[in-house]
Amino acid sequence: MDISAYLDRFGLLAVGLIAFVAILMALYGLAELASRRDRNRAVATVFLAPAVLFLLVGLVYPAVRTFAMSFFGSEGDEFVGLRNYAWAVSDPDALQILINTALWIIVVPLLSTALGLVYAVLIDGRTGERVYKALVFLPMGISFVGASIIWKFVYQYSGTGENQIGLLNAVLRGLGLQPVNWLTEFPMNNFLLMVVLIWIEVGFATVVLSAALKGVPIEMIEAARIDGAKPAQIFWNITVPSIRSAIVVVAVTVFIATLKLFDIVRAMTQGHYGTDVLAHNMVEQAFRLNNDGRGATLAVLLFLLVVPVVIYQVRNMRRQELEAR
Amino acid sequence: MTAAAREQAARIGETRGDRLRRMLSSRVASVVALLIAVLWTIPTFGLFINSLRPDQEIRTSGWWTFFTDPEISLYNYNYVLYSDSQGGGLFVNLINTVVITIIGVLVPVTFAALAAYALSWINFRGRNALYIGIFALQVVPLQMALIPLLSIFSRGLHIGDFTLMPAWDLDGVYTIVQVWIAHSIFGLPLAIFLLHNFMRELPGDVMEAARIDGATHSQIFRKVVLPLVTPALASIAIFQFLWVWNDFLVGRTFAPGEATRPLTAVLGDMAGTWGFGWTRLPAAAFIAIIVPLVVFLLLQRYFVRGLLAGSVKG
Repeated sequence: MDISAYLDRFGLLAVGLIAFVAILMALYGLAELASRRDRNRAVATVFLAPAVLFLLVGLVYPAVRTFAMSFFGSEGDEFVGLRNYAWAVSDPDALQILINTALWIIVVPLLSTALGLVYAVLIDGRTGERVYKALVFLPMGISFVGASIIWKFVYQYSGTGENQIGLLNAVLRGLGLQPVNWLTEFPMNNFLLMVVLIWIEVGFATVVLSAALKGVPIEMIEAARIDGAKPAQIFWNITVPSIRSAIVVVAVTVFIATLKLFDIVRAMTQGHYGTDVLAHNMVEQAFRLNNDGRGATLAVLLFLLVVPVVIYQVRNMRRQELEAR
Repeated sequence: MTAAAREQAARIGETRGDRLRRMLSSRVASVVALLIAVLWTIPTFGLFINSLRPDQEIRTSGWWTFFTDPEISLYNYNYVLYSDSQGGGLFVNLINTVVITIIGVLVPVTFAALAAYALSWINFRGRNALYIGIFALQVVPLQMALIPLLSIFSRGLHIGDFTLMPAWDLDGVYTIVQVWIAHSIFGLPLAIFLLHNFMRELPGDVMEAARIDGATHSQIFRKVVLPLVTPALASIAIFQFLWVWNDFLVGRTFAPGEATRPLTAVLGDMAGTWGFGWTRLPAAAFIAIIVPLVVFLLLQRYFVRGLLAGSVKG
């Protein structure tokens, strides 16, 4: 290894840091100047300028541009009207992508939230609760790519059949069954990819729901029990309604993460064998197939799917705030 | 004391969990909880074991054979980090990740703190409208920004014939600058939203007192607000750290060269093609996983606090 080969990167980092500090000092000086004259508007401008500039150039303008691009052809110079959208809802490959995406955004939030809730209830107050929680929470710290590699080894299939080194196929062989090439078997492979994301998101669901469970009033459960309510009744009629808003927050968060999923599909199957989804195919269209119009269209569809859910989420949060008062 | 009364007395001290568990029939609950915990841990554990085994072993037998026939080798770690051959030399990508992450966390968190302060404690017209606008930006998926942002870097920004910003034409290592900027932009909406939530909760009379003593906004920000929101800053920095370190899409889009990509981006494509060097993947993946995992475990408290602040990355 030759350290000098990496000097350019550290040099770049040093320049970046110095530039950053210089910008901060300039901003501070400007803010001081404006403050002395007691001009709130000027001070606010200085404080907000970097963030607003970044957001305008890097998010607002590109989003508007992407929206416009979705009405243009692959090079972005020929107006095609709604042809890209027509492609997205009629082309068999594109339709498969939409169907897959629909499956993902139904199955993953549902199972992640349900499993997280069950697990949170099961470990609540148990000795070693923190260890239980940490074990399931751990995958949250692992990248989607890392998780994909981990699971690719679980699903691995060896054609010779004798020595299966993937855990799942080894179990099958242990049971005397034929090994399966999991990731190429449509439509099952879609669900096996979902398992990876569920594996990650259950930890998130557990932590949030477990915190919410601590807020359920004991007296209510106690009273119901004395009145002779069965455990299942207590769970559905008291526990679940009491933490309803936390459940919604978890489901919505997982929903959004699922919708924007790129990494797992890329690292597991590269979208082959009928496993492609919206966010992954968007990148394929734009950067590999160089079809900016279609890429932009898929991005817009992604955006349109997120909006209603976030609106619902905001309403939910506002109601929560009102209830807290 | 009757038996019923004794039972009643025993129940007074029990926790909510005890009660729920009693209801869910204790033994089944224990088994299920344990089963989930084990199922969730085994895949990661298997990868770790595999990363320590010799090439030939990984190729021909499952990781569980390690326990009957333990054979440890650090060869794969050495290969993926430093070898000049194919699939090796990832050390340079690890450096890229570190370089990208430092600025990719520092810049958005700082800029977000400045903006959040202005949005919570400086009175100016249009403040609420601006806040709602930034809040709404959380909805825009970064996929919406990818193509145009890349074109801004490569072609510049023009209005008609007038050039607002010339093309950057960065190449080689310098493409990392693009990744810095992209991460800073994409991290801002959530960071501003969270920090605004925290700062708004600060006591107004402290701020008022400082103002009366003649402190300027920049002084209040530095000496009063920043120390008070340090825990919030920590949890947001951890979010952003995990996001940047674990990112695949932004890194491979804005620093596309093989030698300038961050580690996760290289791994993602290696895993996708599953080519010749797949036996090296466990070691390579573990190198990429271990840093965020350690940070995550050590600072879990801050991370959870951030999660519970009612946050959604939009």
